[in-house]
Amino acid sequence: MARYDRAITVFSPDGHLFQVEYALEAVRKGNAAVGVRGTDVIVLGVEKKSTPKLQDSRSVRKIVSLDTHIALACAGLKADARVLINRARIECQSHRLTVEDPVTVEYITRYIAGLQQKYTQSGGVRPFGLSALIIGFDPYSGAPALYQTDPSGTFSAWKANATGRNSNSMREFLEKNYKETSGQETVKLAIRALLEVVESGGKNIEIAVMTKEQGLRQLEESEIDAIVAEIEAEKAAAEAAKKAPSKDS
Amino acid sequence: MMELDLSGFESCPLFPGGVVADHGENPLAAASFQLPACSDFDGFQKDAIQMTKPAKGTTTLAFVFKEGVIVAADSRATMGGYISSQSVKKIVEINPHMLGTIAGGAADCQFWHRNLGIKCRLHELANKRRISVTGASKLLANILYSYKGMGLSVGTMIAGWDEKGPGLYYVDNEGGRLKGTRFSVGSGSPYAYGVLDSGYQFNMSVEEAAELARRAIYHATFHDGASGGVASVYHVGPQGWKKLSGDDVGELHYKYYPMILTPTEQEMADTSAA
Repeated sequence: MARYDRAITVFSPDGHLFQVEYALEAVRKGNAAVGVRGTDVIVLGVEKKSTPKLQDSRSVRKIVSLDTHIALACAGLKADARVLINRARIECQSHRLTVEDPVTVEYITRYIAGLQQKYTQSGGVRPFGLSALIIGFDPYSGAPALYQTDPSGTFSAWKANATGRNSNSMREFLEKNYKETSGQETVKLAIRALLEVVESGGKNIEIAVMTKEQGLRQLEESEIDAIVAEIEAEKAAAEAAKKAPSKDS
Repeated sequence: MMELDLSGFESCPLFPGGVVADHGENPLAAASFQLPACSDFDGFQKDAIQMTKPAKGTTTLAFVFKEGVIVAADSRATMGGYISSQSVKKIVEINPHMLGTIAGGAADCQFWHRNLGIKCRLHELANKRRISVTGASKLLANILYSYKGMGLSVGTMIAGWDEKGPGLYYVDNEGGRLKGTRFSVGSGSPYAYGVLDSGYQFNMSVEEAAELARRAIYHATFHDGASGGVASVYHVGPQGWKKLSGDDVGELHYKYYPMILTPTEQEMADTSAA
Protein backbone atom coordinates (compact mmCIF):
# COMPACT_ATOMS: atom_id res chain seq x y z
CA MET A 1 0.00 0.00 0.00
CA ALA A 2 2.96 2.31 0.51
CA ARG A 3 3.25 2.73 -3.25
CA TYR A 4 -0.23 4.30 -3.41
CA ASP A 5 -0.01 7.06 -0.86
CA ARG A 6 1.76 9.49 -3.11
CA ALA A 7 -0.77 12.28 -3.44
CA ILE A 8 -1.81 12.92 -7.00
CA THR A 9 -3.31 16.31 -6.27
CA VAL A 10 -0.48 18.50 -4.97
CA PHE A 11 -0.05 22.25 -4.97
CA SER A 12 1.98 23.88 -7.69
CA PRO A 13 4.47 26.57 -6.67
CA ASP A 14 2.01 29.29 -7.59
CA GLY A 15 -0.85 27.84 -5.60
CA HIS A 16 -2.77 25.85 -8.23
CA LEU A 17 -4.12 22.35 -7.91
CA PHE A 18 -3.48 21.21 -11.43
CA GLN A 19 -5.43 17.98 -11.16
CA VAL A 20 -8.51 19.95 -10.14
CA GLU A 21 -8.01 22.37 -13.00
CA TYR A 22 -7.57 19.52 -15.45
CA ALA A 23 -10.77 18.03 -14.08
CA LEU A 24 -12.51 21.34 -14.84
CA GLU A 25 -11.18 20.98 -18.39
CA ALA A 26 -12.83 17.58 -18.58
CA VAL A 27 -16.06 19.25 -17.49
CA ARG A 28 -15.69 21.87 -20.20
CA LYS A 29 -15.53 19.11 -22.77
CA GLY A 30 -18.62 17.39 -21.42
CA ASN A 31 -22.13 17.85 -22.80
CA ALA A 32 -23.91 21.10 -22.11
CA ALA A 33 -26.25 21.18 -19.14
CA VAL A 34 -28.50 23.97 -17.94
CA GLY A 35 -30.68 24.51 -14.90
CA VAL A 36 -33.29 27.24 -14.38
CA ARG A 37 -35.20 27.93 -11.18
CA GLY A 38 -38.78 29.20 -11.47
CA THR A 39 -41.22 30.12 -8.75
CA ASP A 40 -43.01 26.78 -8.81
CA VAL A 41 -40.89 24.56 -11.05
CA ILE A 42 -37.22 23.90 -11.64
CA VAL A 43 -36.01 22.79 -15.05
CA LEU A 44 -32.93 20.81 -16.01
CA GLY A 45 -31.82 20.51 -19.59
CA VAL A 46 -29.01 18.46 -21.07
CA GLU A 47 -27.54 18.23 -24.55
CA LYS A 48 -27.94 14.81 -26.07
CA LYS A 49 -25.08 14.05 -28.40
CA SER A 50 -26.33 12.16 -31.43
CA THR A 51 -27.27 8.65 -30.37
CA PRO A 52 -25.90 5.87 -32.52
CA LYS A 53 -28.68 4.14 -34.41
CA LEU A 54 -28.35 0.86 -32.56
CA GLN A 55 -28.18 2.36 -29.08
CA ASP A 56 -31.21 2.25 -26.84
CA SER A 57 -31.43 5.90 -25.88
CA ARG A 58 -33.51 5.19 -22.79
CA SER A 59 -30.51 3.55 -21.13
CA VAL A 60 -28.51 6.77 -21.21
CA ARG A 61 -30.67 8.99 -19.07
CA LYS A 62 -28.60 12.03 -18.21
CA ILE A 63 -30.99 13.58 -15.70
CA VAL A 64 -31.46 11.33 -12.69
CA SER A 65 -33.40 11.55 -9.46
CA LEU A 66 -31.64 11.22 -6.13
CA ASP A 67 -34.85 11.09 -4.08
CA THR A 68 -38.51 11.81 -4.76
CA HIS A 69 -37.85 15.54 -4.42
CA ILE A 70 -34.24 15.92 -5.62
CA ALA A 71 -32.79 15.54 -9.12
CA LEU A 72 -29.35 15.91 -10.66
CA ALA A 73 -27.82 16.57 -14.06
CA CYS A 74 -24.12 16.80 -14.75
CA ALA A 75 -21.44 17.57 -17.26
CA GLY A 76 -18.21 15.63 -17.44
CA LEU A 77 -17.16 12.04 -16.93
CA LYS A 78 -20.33 9.99 -16.81
CA ALA A 79 -18.74 7.05 -15.03
CA ASP A 80 -17.60 9.33 -12.20
CA ALA A 81 -21.15 10.66 -12.12
CA ARG A 82 -22.54 7.18 -11.59
CA VAL A 83 -20.39 6.69 -8.50
CA LEU A 84 -21.34 10.05 -7.00
CA ILE A 85 -25.02 9.54 -7.77
CA ASN A 86 -25.07 6.16 -6.05
CA ARG A 87 -23.39 7.57 -2.95
CA ALA A 88 -25.78 10.51 -2.91
CA ARG A 89 -28.81 8.24 -3.21
CA ILE A 90 -27.61 6.20 -0.26
CA GLU A 91 -27.05 9.35 1.76
CA CYS A 92 -30.58 10.56 0.99
CA GLN A 93 -32.03 7.38 2.43
CA SER A 94 -29.60 7.28 5.32
CA HIS A 95 -30.64 10.81 6.27
CA ARG A 96 -34.30 9.78 6.17
CA LEU A 97 -33.46 6.90 8.47
CA THR A 98 -31.42 8.78 11.06
CA VAL A 99 -33.55 11.90 11.44
CA GLU A 100 -36.86 10.76 9.90
CA ASP A 101 -36.85 13.65 7.47
CA PRO A 102 -36.04 14.03 3.75
CA VAL A 103 -32.80 15.82 2.90
CA THR A 104 -32.81 19.47 1.95
CA VAL A 105 -31.27 20.35 -1.42
CA GLU A 106 -28.53 22.22 0.40
CA TYR A 107 -27.69 19.21 2.57
CA ILE A 108 -27.28 16.76 -0.30
CA THR A 109 -25.34 19.34 -2.34
CA ARG A 110 -23.05 19.83 0.63
CA TYR A 111 -22.60 16.05 0.83
CA ILE A 112 -21.79 15.66 -2.87
CA ALA A 113 -19.43 18.62 -2.77
CA GLY A 114 -17.81 17.19 0.35
CA LEU A 115 -17.19 13.92 -1.50
CA GLN A 116 -15.71 15.78 -4.44
CA GLN A 117 -13.41 17.72 -2.10
CA LYS A 118 -12.29 14.58 -0.30
CA TYR A 119 -10.92 13.22 -3.56
CA THR A 120 -8.80 16.33 -4.02
CA GLN A 121 -7.07 15.72 -0.71
CA SER A 122 -6.53 11.97 -0.63
CA GLY A 123 -3.60 9.86 -1.64
CA GLY A 124 -3.68 7.81 -4.79
CA VAL A 125 -7.00 9.07 -6.13
CA ARG A 126 -7.93 11.66 -8.71
CA PRO A 127 -10.73 14.23 -8.45
CA PHE A 128 -14.18 13.49 -9.88
CA GLY A 129 -14.33 14.93 -13.37
CA LEU A 130 -17.79 16.40 -13.27
CA SER A 131 -19.86 19.41 -12.28
CA ALA A 132 -23.33 18.66 -11.02
CA LEU A 133 -26.51 20.72 -11.18
CA ILE A 134 -28.76 19.71 -8.31
CA ILE A 135 -32.39 20.78 -8.09
CA GLY A 136 -35.17 20.15 -5.69
CA PHE A 137 -37.78 21.56 -3.35
CA ASP A 138 -37.07 22.17 0.32
CA PRO A 139 -39.24 19.65 2.20
CA TYR A 140 -40.10 22.16 4.95
CA SER A 141 -40.53 25.51 3.22
CA GLY A 142 -41.41 24.21 -0.26
CA ALA A 143 -38.99 26.69 -1.81
CA PRO A 144 -37.39 25.64 -5.13
CA ALA A 145 -33.59 25.44 -5.18
CA LEU A 146 -30.83 25.02 -7.75
CA TYR A 147 -27.24 24.31 -6.72
CA GLN A 148 -24.05 23.64 -8.63
CA THR A 149 -20.96 21.72 -7.53
CA ASP A 150 -17.61 21.40 -9.28
CA PRO A 151 -14.55 19.13 -9.10
CA SER A 152 -12.87 21.30 -6.49
CA GLY A 153 -15.73 20.66 -4.09
CA THR A 154 -17.16 24.16 -3.99
CA PHE A 155 -20.88 24.66 -4.30
CA SER A 156 -23.31 27.55 -4.47
CA ALA A 157 -26.95 28.27 -5.12
CA TRP A 158 -28.09 29.76 -8.43
CA LYS A 159 -31.22 31.21 -10.03
CA ALA A 160 -30.03 29.75 -13.32
CA ASN A 161 -26.75 28.24 -14.41
CA ALA A 162 -25.08 26.23 -17.13
CA THR A 163 -22.11 23.90 -17.22
CA GLY A 164 -20.27 21.77 -19.74
CA ARG A 165 -19.67 22.64 -23.39
CA ASN A 166 -20.12 26.34 -24.21
CA SER A 167 -21.41 27.04 -20.77
CA ASN A 168 -20.14 30.61 -20.96
CA SER A 169 -22.42 31.45 -23.90
CA MET A 170 -25.38 29.84 -22.17
CA ARG A 171 -24.67 31.69 -18.94
CA GLU A 172 -24.38 34.98 -20.81
CA PHE A 173 -27.72 34.30 -22.45
CA LEU A 174 -29.30 33.49 -19.10
CA GLU A 175 -27.88 36.61 -17.49
CA LYS A 176 -29.36 38.72 -20.26
CA ASN A 177 -32.73 37.02 -20.37
CA TYR A 178 -33.41 35.68 -16.89
CA LYS A 179 -36.47 36.80 -15.05
CA GLU A 180 -38.69 35.16 -12.45
CA THR A 181 -40.89 32.76 -14.36
CA SER A 182 -43.18 29.89 -13.58
CA GLY A 183 -44.47 26.75 -15.25
CA GLN A 184 -44.04 26.54 -19.00
CA GLU A 185 -42.17 29.86 -19.22
CA THR A 186 -39.35 28.40 -17.14
CA VAL A 187 -39.15 25.38 -19.43
CA LYS A 188 -38.99 27.66 -22.45
CA LEU A 189 -36.21 29.72 -20.92
CA ALA A 190 -34.14 26.60 -20.26
CA ILE A 191 -34.67 25.32 -23.80
CA ARG A 192 -33.85 28.72 -25.29
CA ALA A 193 -30.57 28.75 -23.36
CA LEU A 194 -29.69 25.27 -24.59
CA LEU A 195 -30.62 26.12 -28.17
CA GLU A 196 -27.92 28.81 -28.14
CA VAL A 197 -25.31 26.09 -28.27
CA VAL A 198 -27.11 22.96 -29.38
CA GLU A 199 -28.63 21.95 -32.69
CA SER A 200 -32.32 22.47 -32.39
CA GLY A 201 -34.73 19.58 -32.17
CA GLY A 202 -36.13 17.19 -29.59
CA LYS A 203 -33.57 14.60 -30.64
CA ASN A 204 -30.70 16.63 -29.25
CA ILE A 205 -32.15 17.91 -26.03
CA GLU A 206 -33.24 16.16 -22.86
CA ILE A 207 -35.47 18.15 -20.51
CA ALA A 208 -36.83 17.29 -17.08
CA VAL A 209 -39.17 19.39 -14.97
CA MET A 210 -39.46 19.13 -11.18
CA THR A 211 -42.62 20.24 -9.42
CA LYS A 212 -43.41 20.04 -5.74
CA GLU A 213 -46.52 17.91 -6.25
CA GLN A 214 -45.38 15.53 -8.94
CA GLY A 215 -41.62 15.32 -8.49
CA LEU A 216 -39.46 14.83 -11.55
CA ARG A 217 -40.99 14.46 -15.01
CA GLN A 218 -38.93 13.83 -18.12
CA LEU A 219 -40.44 15.51 -21.16
CA GLU A 220 -41.20 13.41 -24.22
CA GLU A 221 -39.37 14.14 -27.47
CA SER A 222 -42.64 15.30 -29.02
CA GLU A 223 -43.29 17.74 -26.19
CA ILE A 224 -39.81 19.20 -26.59
CA ASP A 225 -40.28 19.48 -30.34
CA ALA A 226 -43.53 21.37 -29.78
CA ILE A 227 -41.89 23.85 -27.42
CA VAL A 228 -38.92 24.27 -29.77
CA ALA A 229 -41.37 25.03 -32.56
CA GLU A 230 -43.05 27.64 -30.34
CA ILE A 231 -39.69 29.22 -29.59
CA GLU A 232 -38.70 29.33 -33.24
CA ALA A 233 -42.03 30.92 -34.13
CA GLU A 234 -41.52 33.55 -31.42
CA LYS A 235 -38.01 34.21 -32.69
CA ALA A 236 -39.25 34.58 -36.26
CA ALA A 237 -41.99 36.95 -35.16
CA ALA A 238 -39.47 39.05 -33.24
CA GLU A 239 -37.18 39.17 -36.29
CA ALA A 240 -40.07 40.17 -38.52
CA ALA A 241 -41.15 42.92 -36.10
CA LYS A 242 -37.61 44.31 -36.16
CA LYS A 243 -37.39 44.29 -39.94
CA ALA A 244 -40.82 45.75 -40.62
CA PRO A 245 -40.78 49.57 -40.87
CA SER A 246 -42.65 51.22 -38.00
CA LYS A 247 -46.18 52.06 -39.12
CA ASP A 248 -46.46 55.51 -37.63
CA SER A 249 -43.45 57.23 -39.17
CA MET B 1 2.60 -32.97 11.64
CA MET B 2 0.82 -30.15 9.95
CA GLU B 3 0.30 -27.17 12.24
CA LEU B 4 -2.71 -24.90 11.93
CA ASP B 5 -1.75 -21.38 10.97
CA LEU B 6 -2.96 -19.33 13.93
CA SER B 7 -1.31 -16.03 13.02
CA GLY B 8 -4.71 -14.58 12.18
CA PHE B 9 -5.97 -15.14 15.72
CA GLU B 10 -4.01 -12.32 17.37
CA SER B 11 -7.10 -10.33 18.14
CA CYS B 12 -9.57 -13.18 18.33
CA PRO B 13 -12.00 -12.64 21.24
CA LEU B 14 -11.80 -16.31 22.12
CA PHE B 15 -8.19 -15.87 23.12
CA PRO B 16 -7.76 -12.57 24.94
CA GLY B 17 -4.10 -11.81 25.33
CA GLY B 18 -2.88 -13.82 22.36
CA VAL B 19 -3.14 -17.32 21.07
CA VAL B 20 -2.81 -20.10 23.63
CA ALA B 21 -1.25 -22.95 21.75
CA ASP B 22 -0.25 -25.33 24.49
CA HIS B 23 -3.50 -27.15 25.22
CA GLY B 24 -3.33 -29.73 22.54
CA GLU B 25 -7.07 -29.23 22.18
CA ASN B 26 -8.76 -27.84 19.13
CA PRO B 27 -8.35 -24.04 19.57
CA LEU B 28 -11.31 -23.45 17.30
CA ALA B 29 -13.76 -25.05 19.77
CA ALA B 30 -16.14 -22.56 21.38
CA ALA B 31 -15.12 -21.36 24.85
CA SER B 32 -17.12 -23.10 27.54
CA PHE B 33 -17.56 -23.00 31.30
CA GLN B 34 -19.14 -25.20 33.88
CA LEU B 35 -22.90 -24.86 34.29
CA PRO B 36 -24.17 -24.13 37.82
CA ALA B 37 -25.57 -27.18 39.58
CA CYS B 38 -29.24 -26.43 40.13
CA SER B 39 -32.53 -28.15 39.52
CA ASP B 40 -34.16 -25.43 37.43
CA PHE B 41 -31.53 -24.02 35.11
CA ASP B 42 -34.02 -22.14 32.92
CA GLY B 43 -35.48 -20.39 35.94
CA PHE B 44 -31.98 -19.59 37.12
CA GLN B 45 -31.16 -18.04 33.75
CA LYS B 46 -34.32 -15.92 33.88
CA ASP B 47 -33.50 -14.71 37.40
CA ALA B 48 -29.94 -13.89 36.38
CA ILE B 49 -31.17 -11.80 33.46
CA GLN B 50 -33.67 -10.00 35.72
CA MET B 51 -30.91 -9.25 38.23
CA THR B 52 -28.70 -7.68 35.61
CA LYS B 53 -31.53 -5.66 34.06
CA PRO B 54 -31.13 -2.05 35.14
CA ALA B 55 -33.90 -0.89 37.45
CA LYS B 56 -35.09 2.67 37.24
CA GLY B 57 -35.97 4.04 40.64
CA THR B 58 -37.63 7.34 39.88
CA THR B 59 -40.80 8.98 38.65
CA THR B 60 -40.80 11.12 35.54
CA LEU B 61 -43.70 12.01 33.31
CA ALA B 62 -44.50 14.12 30.29
CA PHE B 63 -47.61 14.79 28.25
CA VAL B 64 -48.67 16.82 25.24
CA PHE B 65 -51.68 19.10 25.47
CA LYS B 66 -53.14 22.13 23.74
CA GLU B 67 -50.53 24.59 25.00
CA GLY B 68 -47.45 22.39 24.48
CA VAL B 69 -45.73 19.78 26.61
CA ILE B 70 -45.56 19.47 30.38
CA VAL B 71 -42.52 17.65 31.79
CA ALA B 72 -42.33 16.72 35.48
CA ALA B 73 -40.08 14.61 37.66
CA ASP B 74 -39.11 13.84 41.24
CA SER B 75 -35.58 14.35 42.56
CA ARG B 76 -34.62 11.31 44.60
CA ALA B 77 -31.61 9.09 43.94
CA THR B 78 -31.30 5.73 45.67
CA MET B 79 -28.53 3.18 46.00
CA GLY B 80 -30.41 0.07 47.01
CA GLY B 81 -32.27 1.09 50.15
CA TYR B 82 -30.11 4.16 50.83
CA ILE B 83 -31.39 7.53 49.70
CA SER B 84 -28.25 9.07 48.30
CA SER B 85 -29.77 12.39 47.26
CA GLN B 86 -33.04 14.30 47.46
CA SER B 87 -32.00 16.99 45.03
CA VAL B 88 -31.13 15.38 41.71
CA LYS B 89 -31.98 17.31 38.57
CA LYS B 90 -33.91 14.79 36.54
CA ILE B 91 -35.02 17.18 33.83
CA VAL B 92 -32.11 18.19 31.62
CA GLU B 93 -32.13 21.14 29.26
CA ILE B 94 -30.84 19.87 25.93
CA ASN B 95 -31.34 23.23 24.26
CA PRO B 96 -33.68 26.18 24.85
CA HIS B 97 -36.46 24.30 23.01
CA MET B 98 -35.94 20.74 24.13
CA LEU B 99 -35.99 18.91 27.45
CA GLY B 100 -34.97 15.39 28.38
CA THR B 101 -35.82 13.38 31.48
CA ILE B 102 -33.55 11.07 33.44
CA ALA B 103 -34.56 7.60 34.60
CA GLY B 104 -32.16 4.75 35.26
CA GLY B 105 -28.46 5.34 35.54
CA ALA B 106 -27.88 8.98 36.38
CA ALA B 107 -24.40 9.01 34.84
CA ASP B 108 -25.55 7.35 31.64
CA CYS B 109 -28.48 9.72 31.24
CA GLN B 110 -26.50 12.87 32.04
CA PHE B 111 -23.68 11.95 29.70
CA TRP B 112 -25.83 10.93 26.74
CA HIS B 113 -28.15 13.88 27.11
CA ARG B 114 -25.19 16.24 27.02
CA ASN B 115 -23.87 14.34 24.03
CA LEU B 116 -27.27 14.72 22.38
CA GLY B 117 -27.13 18.45 23.11
CA ILE B 118 -23.79 18.62 21.30
CA LYS B 119 -25.18 16.74 18.29
CA CYS B 120 -28.25 18.99 18.17
CA ARG B 121 -26.07 22.09 18.20
CA LEU B 122 -23.83 20.72 15.43
CA HIS B 123 -26.94 19.95 13.39
CA GLU B 124 -28.11 23.54 13.84
CA LEU B 125 -24.76 24.93 12.74
CA ALA B 126 -24.50 22.65 9.71
CA ASN B 127 -28.08 22.96 8.51
CA LYS B 128 -28.98 26.49 9.69
CA ARG B 129 -32.17 25.24 11.30
CA ARG B 130 -33.06 23.71 14.65
CA ILE B 131 -33.27 19.95 14.78
CA SER B 132 -36.74 18.45 15.09
CA VAL B 133 -37.81 16.49 18.17
CA THR B 134 -38.15 13.51 15.84
CA GLY B 135 -34.58 13.87 14.67
CA ALA B 136 -33.11 14.42 18.14
CA SER B 137 -34.89 11.42 19.62
CA LYS B 138 -33.82 9.30 16.64
CA LEU B 139 -30.17 10.30 17.13
CA LEU B 140 -30.32 9.30 20.79
CA ALA B 141 -32.15 6.05 20.07
CA ASN B 142 -29.59 5.04 17.46
CA ILE B 143 -26.73 5.64 19.89
CA LEU B 144 -28.42 3.65 22.65
CA TYR B 145 -29.18 0.83 20.24
CA SER B 146 -25.53 0.58 19.29
CA TYR B 147 -24.74 0.00 22.98
CA LYS B 148 -27.52 -2.53 23.39
CA GLY B 149 -26.69 -5.33 25.81
CA MET B 150 -23.68 -3.49 27.25
CA GLY B 151 -25.40 -2.40 30.44
CA LEU B 152 -26.48 1.16 29.76
CA SER B 153 -29.50 2.15 31.81
CA VAL B 154 -31.41 4.98 30.20
CA GLY B 155 -35.17 5.54 30.20
CA THR B 156 -35.68 8.99 28.86
CA MET B 157 -38.33 11.18 27.34
CA ILE B 158 -37.43 13.84 24.80
CA ALA B 159 -39.91 16.70 24.78
CA GLY B 160 -39.81 19.80 22.64
CA TRP B 161 -41.58 22.22 20.36
CA ASP B 162 -40.41 22.28 16.73
CA GLU B 163 -41.81 23.37 13.35
CA LYS B 164 -44.39 20.61 13.48
CA GLY B 165 -45.63 21.66 16.92
CA PRO B 166 -45.20 19.95 20.30
CA GLY B 167 -43.38 16.61 20.19
CA LEU B 168 -42.81 13.89 22.77
CA TYR B 169 -40.80 10.70 22.38
CA TYR B 170 -39.84 7.92 24.79
CA VAL B 171 -36.37 6.42 24.25
CA ASP B 172 -34.75 3.65 26.28
CA ASN B 173 -31.56 1.63 26.55
CA GLU B 174 -33.13 -1.35 24.79
CA GLY B 175 -33.16 0.83 21.68
CA GLY B 176 -36.90 1.38 21.83
CA ARG B 177 -38.33 4.67 20.63
CA LEU B 178 -42.00 5.57 20.85
CA LYS B 179 -43.89 8.64 19.81
CA GLY B 180 -46.75 9.50 22.12
CA THR B 181 -48.84 12.03 23.95
CA ARG B 182 -48.52 10.71 27.53
CA PHE B 183 -45.59 8.91 29.09
CA SER B 184 -44.35 8.12 32.56
CA VAL B 185 -41.06 6.40 33.24
CA GLY B 186 -39.63 4.83 36.37
CA SER B 187 -40.61 2.76 39.37
CA GLY B 188 -43.24 5.30 40.36
CA SER B 189 -44.79 5.42 36.91
CA PRO B 190 -47.80 3.13 37.60
CA TYR B 191 -48.93 5.50 40.34
CA ALA B 192 -48.27 8.55 38.20
CA TYR B 193 -50.18 7.03 35.26
CA GLY B 194 -53.18 6.48 37.52
CA VAL B 195 -53.47 10.14 38.41
CA LEU B 196 -52.35 11.42 34.99
CA ASP B 197 -54.66 9.29 32.88
CA SER B 198 -57.73 9.99 34.96
CA GLY B 199 -57.18 13.76 35.04
CA TYR B 200 -55.91 14.32 31.48
CA GLN B 201 -57.73 16.59 29.05
CA PHE B 202 -56.23 17.92 25.82
CA ASN B 203 -57.82 21.33 26.34
CA MET B 204 -56.23 22.30 29.64
CA SER B 205 -54.65 25.58 30.52
CA VAL B 206 -50.98 25.66 31.43
CA GLU B 207 -51.80 26.03 35.16
CA GLU B 208 -54.25 23.12 35.12
CA ALA B 209 -51.80 20.90 33.27
CA ALA B 210 -48.98 21.83 35.65
CA GLU B 211 -51.16 21.06 38.66
CA LEU B 212 -52.10 17.67 37.17
CA ALA B 213 -48.43 16.83 36.65
CA ARG B 214 -47.54 18.00 40.15
CA ARG B 215 -50.24 15.86 41.73
CA ALA B 216 -49.24 12.82 39.65
CA ILE B 217 -45.62 13.11 40.82
CA TYR B 218 -46.73 13.67 44.39
CA HIS B 219 -48.88 10.55 44.44
CA ALA B 220 -46.08 8.50 42.92
CA THR B 221 -43.62 9.69 45.54
CA PHE B 222 -46.12 8.85 48.25
CA HIS B 223 -46.35 5.18 47.29
CA ASP B 224 -42.97 4.51 45.69
CA GLY B 225 -39.99 4.41 48.03
CA ALA B 226 -37.54 5.13 45.26
CA SER B 227 -39.20 8.45 44.38
CA GLY B 228 -39.30 11.61 46.46
CA GLY B 229 -37.67 14.93 47.12
CA VAL B 230 -38.87 17.80 44.98
CA ALA B 231 -41.53 17.67 42.28
CA SER B 232 -40.29 19.83 39.39
CA VAL B 233 -42.64 20.91 36.64
CA TYR B 234 -41.55 22.40 33.31
CA HIS B 235 -43.60 23.65 30.38
CA VAL B 236 -42.42 23.60 26.75
CA GLY B 237 -44.20 26.13 24.56
CA PRO B 238 -43.57 27.68 21.15
CA GLN B 239 -40.96 30.02 22.66
CA GLY B 240 -39.09 27.24 24.44
CA TRP B 241 -39.16 25.67 27.86
CA LYS B 242 -39.79 27.37 31.19
CA LYS B 243 -39.56 25.95 34.69
CA LEU B 244 -42.90 26.43 36.39
CA SER B 245 -42.39 25.06 39.89
CA GLY B 246 -40.33 22.92 42.22
CA ASP B 247 -42.23 21.86 45.32
CA ASP B 248 -41.06 19.62 48.13
CA VAL B 249 -43.40 16.61 48.09
CA GLY B 250 -43.61 16.60 51.87
CA GLU B 251 -45.07 20.09 51.79
CA LEU B 252 -47.34 19.10 48.91
CA HIS B 253 -48.69 16.30 51.08
CA TYR B 254 -49.88 18.69 53.74
CA LYS B 255 -51.20 21.05 51.09
CA TYR B 256 -53.37 18.32 49.55
CA TYR B 257 -54.25 16.63 52.81
CA PRO B 258 -54.07 19.27 55.52
CA MET B 259 -54.04 17.93 59.05
CA ILE B 260 -57.37 18.18 60.87
CA LEU B 261 -56.34 18.54 64.50
CA THR B 262 -58.54 17.36 67.35
CA PRO B 263 -59.43 20.17 69.80
CA THR B 264 -56.69 19.00 72.23
CA GLU B 265 -54.05 18.89 69.55
CA GLN B 266 -55.22 22.29 68.30
CA GLU B 267 -54.79 23.77 71.81
CA MET B 268 -51.32 22.21 72.10
CA ALA B 269 -50.34 23.65 68.70
CA ASP B 270 -51.68 27.09 69.68
CA THR B 271 -49.88 27.23 73.02
CA SER B 272 -46.56 26.11 71.51
CA ALA B 273 -46.92 28.75 68.80
CA ALA B 274 -47.61 31.49 71.33
